[in-house]
Amino acid sequence: MKIQYDPNEKVLLLQITEEIDHHTTEKIRREADDEIARFMPRKVIFDFSNVTFMDSAGIGMIIGRYKMAKMLGGSLEMVNVSPSIRKIFEMSGVVKICPIREAS
Amino acid sequence: MKSVYENEMKLEFMSKSNNEAFARISVAAFASQLDPTIEELADIKTAVSEAVTNCIIHGYEEKEGIIKIECRLLANTIIIEIADTGKGIENIELAKQPLYTSKPNLERSGMGFTIMESFMDEVQVESIVGLGTKVTMKKMIKKDEVSKEEITDVLNQMKQSSFPMNN
Repeated sequence: MKIQYDPNEKVLLLQITEEIDHHTTEKIRREADDEIARFMPRKVIFDFSNVTFMDSAGIGMIIGRYKMAKMLGGSLEMVNVSPSIRKIFEMSGVVKICPIREAS
Repeated sequence: MKSVYENEMKLEFMSKSNNEAFARISVAAFASQLDPTIEELADIKTAVSEAVTNCIIHGYEEKEGIIKIECRLLANTIIIEIADTGKGIENIELAKQPLYTSKPNLERSGMGFTIMESFMDEVQVESIVGLGTKVTMKKMIKKDEVSKEEITDVLNQMKQSSFPMNN
């Protein structure tokens, strides 16, 4: 995972660099939680540009990080989500609480 | 005896989570003989990943076991069977409910069966408590429809463009 933090905007950008399934979510979850707890950002952005596969494990992973960010007073957004991954997020309703944004 | 199917394959592997990627990539490689679109291939990979993850987390509860996959091709359809000999499902209808999970503490979304059902054309679940579970999924690769769409697209583009042939 590549990490970038903007202290002025208090935005934490987390770029996932692997496929997301039950096997990989444990590690992604641990790394993301560490960074969210460390920076307590106003906004967490997950960048999916390097994610070539995701199954339903990604739903729980994102909702879990959203809960953590929200608890610390922040929100969560997703960018660069491919059509097949977007389908999974839309089907599960995750997009209602963690919107998918166009990358700026 | 000659098989009624055009092609078949069988896989057996241990119920380890790092085999989730192995399983979906292997099935996708086999399915690619039907010349699926990228989207159809992504649907198959996702459905296989869901079923195999279920075997690991629920069937064997993360303990050691064997997962079997059998794939068959018939015309433009792939039939995928994924089976474990784990604990089985008590209530299949409940397990299939969107957002239902028997393991909420694992951040599981309960969307596995819903995804399998919406990404594949047919999903059948057979389970006996104490003996195991078998999920059978079918997907038709819609070769003809896609090429029809593609032809229409090309024709439309030709109409809109200012090629001399339109004059």
